[in-house]
Amino acid sequence: MANSANDRAGPGAGESGATETFNMSFTLNGAPVSRRVPLDARLLDVLRYDCACPGTKEGCGEGECGACSVILDGLLVNSCLVPAFQAAGRVVTTVESVAADVASALNVTGTSQCGACTPGIVMSIRWLLERPEIASNVDLREFLSGNLCRCTGYDGVVAGAEAALTLRGIPMRGVARPGPGDRGGSRP
Amino acid sequence: MSVGADIPRVDGLDKLTGRAAYVDDVAIPGVLHGGTIRTPIARGRIQRVVFDPAINWSDFVIVDHRDIPAGRNAIKLIEADQPALVADEFRHKHEPVVLIAHRSIHKLRDALRAVRVEVEPLPAVLRPDMPLTPELLQHGSDNVLKRLAIRKGAGEPGREAEFQALFDSAAHIIEGRYATGAQEHVYLETQGMVAWQEDGRLVVRGSMQCPYYVVDSLAYFFNRPREAFRVIQAPVGGGFGGKEDFPSNLAIHAALLAEKAGAPVKIVYDRQEDMAATTKRHPGVVRHRTAVDASGKLLAMDIDVVMDGGAYVTLSPVVLSRGCIHAAGPYACENIRAIGEARLTNSVPYGAFRGFGAPQTMFAIERHMDVIARRIGMSSVELRRRNLVRDGQTLATGQVVSDGVDLPSLMDAALTDARYDERQKLHADMNSGAGSHPYLRRGIGFATFHHGSGFTGGGETYLASEVWVEGHADGRVEVLTAQTDMGQGTSTILSQIAAAQLGVSADLVRVATPDTSRVPNSGPTVASRTAMVVGKLVEAACDDLLKQSGIGTTKSIPRDPSGAIKSWHAANPGKRLIGRGKYEKPAHIQWDDKSYRGDAYAAYSWGTYVAEVEVDLRTFAVRVTDFVARQEVGRVLNPTLARGQIQGGVVQGIGWALYEEVVLDDGVMKNCQMTNYVIPACADLPPIRVFFEESPSPFGPQGAKGIGELPMDGPAPAILNAVCDALGIEANEIPLTPERLMTLLEGR
Ligand code: FES
Ligand code: FES
Repeated sequence: MANSANDRAGPGAGESGATETFNMSFTLNGAPVSRRVPLDARLLDVLRYDCACPGTKEGCGEGECGACSVILDGLLVNSCLVPAFQAAGRVVTTVESVAADVASALNVTGTSQCGACTPGIVMSIRWLLERPEIASNVDLREFLSGNLCRCTGYDGVVAGAEAALTLRGIPMRGVARPGPGDRGGSRP
Repeated sequence: MSVGADIPRVDGLDKLTGRAAYVDDVAIPGVLHGGTIRTPIARGRIQRVVFDPAINWSDFVIVDHRDIPAGRNAIKLIEADQPALVADEFRHKHEPVVLIAHRSIHKLRDALRAVRVEVEPLPAVLRPDMPLTPELLQHGSDNVLKRLAIRKGAGEPGREAEFQALFDSAAHIIEGRYATGAQEHVYLETQGMVAWQEDGRLVVRGSMQCPYYVVDSLAYFFNRPREAFRVIQAPVGGGFGGKEDFPSNLAIHAALLAEKAGAPVKIVYDRQEDMAATTKRHPGVVRHRTAVDASGKLLAMDIDVVMDGGAYVTLSPVVLSRGCIHAAGPYACENIRAIGEARLTNSVPYGAFRGFGAPQTMFAIERHMDVIARRIGMSSVELRRRNLVRDGQTLATGQVVSDGVDLPSLMDAALTDARYDERQKLHADMNSGAGSHPYLRRGIGFATFHHGSGFTGGGETYLASEVWVEGHADGRVEVLTAQTDMGQGTSTILSQIAAAQLGVSADLVRVATPDTSRVPNSGPTVASRTAMVVGKLVEAACDDLLKQSGIGTTKSIPRDPSGAIKSWHAANPGKRLIGRGKYEKPAHIQWDDKSYRGDAYAAYSWGTYVAEVEVDLRTFAVRVTDFVARQEVGRVLNPTLARGQIQGGVVQGIGWALYEEVVLDDGVMKNCQMTNYVIPACADLPPIRVFFEESPSPFGPQGAKGIGELPMDGPAPAILNAVCDALGIEANEIPLTPERLMTLLEGR
């Protein structure tokens, strides 16, 4: 198999066998999957190279940038820091399953530029969409700070989060918003 | 009308749904993973390369300098001084020595640790101001990679006494030294390239800004015609200049391995390798000495610019030239002497980074203007009002400004947006006197600046860019250029420009993926040139297409271009209908490359940025609490994209000003991780308030000018001016980290 996590994280079937492998079953974007992967594989690599879901990106590989964010059983995690075996038997959701109306709302507001941080940002926003009670009370700028973006300056990202929440009818507390004569919404 | 409309980014949905296939996202059957073995110290000679016998090396493809065609071991850029793989002497740490590739990335990683490069050390230059001894010389007689001078009025050669007299008789002579640090690009997608052989050609696909630069360097390196290569741009996860020159090195490496292996080879750097081994923004030191009369008029400016070029020439000469051309700021001073030097050090070569030398010199002049104001007891606003260039006056190269822009009113509008006067009074109450805050101080500052669109001087003429617009048999239109979309929105705006020019709806137009086997060379995606220069060529190519398909270009008559294209194909089966646009120098643009006199750029964009900051005297942390970015950029092609690009550039500027410190150790970045090289996060920032003024320029499509680099120029000086306003100090070095501010405050 081209480009597999077997390849990336250690020799798998057919190689010297120095690394132990195991058969991993989990639910990915609603469908059951089963893959033989090395015990020390990262979830990020299994998704990208074994499950044909390369939408999830690696920005730093050390839990700093959030580009690799996925939702694991309802938890927003950095998949570069999650050993794949921890996802066995659990439910993983990635950017590939984003709803079309959410994606368009984010596109119109300028949430994505180069797109490398985008999958992680989409997943952070989706996590929030599933938790209206948190979404209504959180400071979006604080909440989104787990996702580093080098292109947008974040105003487009915040606008995207607001648009997505609005689309789902989730009320928000005031957000800092640029505009003429505006000194930053409700932010002190 | 599609120009000026908020068309959503055409590549946006692919990026938001994970469908966009970046270089590392495509599974290639039989691909090998390539890695690089590098030099261990800043300067020396290779003695031997030791391969650990515990590894079965016959499993690996191994390439070193002996695999390179004789006499061709060089990355061709302005000069060809940088080897692709070190043969003997080397000039910086992490220079590539050996390339290896293997089917398993796991085995590759083990193997990379099992090769030792043994070297004989040589003395290294680790700072551009280090005194030179003969054994440190590595370039010419003085290690100066490029020296240039911009001279105006009494600053011209032979008029030294006159120049001196201006200083002797001036009411004030103000001097200052302004230093800026290196900056790492931190594009979120690291450098990556894959190479394979196909139909007798070497094909390279990867993350890059300039596919034709890559073709040119492959052709030079392998000593084969350009047609022996095909370079395809993958979606680019951010560039900012970091993918202007460096991808040529990586493409050569991947191609060398692929050819030796007879199999596809992919090299994708991890973040640490990317930060440690690739280019950064040139660190700079600018000294100003300015003669000012009693009314605050700038009489004469003596400017000295030194940039650290790193170990090879790369792009330093042109970075230095853009830096020096912008060094005197947007002011009408009649007598200028600006001397620039880019010096060799044994550091990883510095390269292109958004702004290309101008942010360094603009930081200096805009801090210096505040220093002058303070020392002569005039307000920063008044000092600028008296000196900002007006129509009919000239900039440093003697270029007459004639685009009708009113800079004082641009400045006033930005100050009004920021409520400058009102905030200054509030801050004064908070910062001192009875009601002062125990540990918080607030300040407000601004910068007025400009940025030239397109290549400097004769650069565009030399490039002779070409754009095609093809009418397909189904009546759709395709724009063919080499312009890459690295997030700035190229594909969207070029399709908007074409749709507007042809008079069709934007969804009938698509923009081709840059692939040198099918797009013409429309030049690199750099220098704020895509919208203005290439956009104008798209218009010309559209006109040509209309002409060929039998429709005139008069927009007043009703017409159906799509139908005409279909009819043309019905009448000419099997033929291609291509409209062409080729760059022609506007007749009245004059530039002399030797004396640096004349029209340095066809057009400039102008800005005034205002920053408000809060300084915490307990932690010495500076926080930007409000930011106004007002600019005149000609016609805005797509407001959402333009605003986003300005906001992103401003935030990169905020990072450079306050947070981003490249810690050098033996000439390389020691803090080469996103954990310890800190870029701004969402919560660190206020909303960036963007305002456009649109004064259409004759040089761009529908009047557009460049905006990509402009927002990098203003933030750092505006922020430092605000900090100085808050604390009553002179802080002239960035990044202004808490450590640096603490030293400044405690040292006084
Ligand atoms: S790649 Fe996982 S946090 Fe950056
Ligand atoms: S869009 Fe490029 S890093 Fe966020």
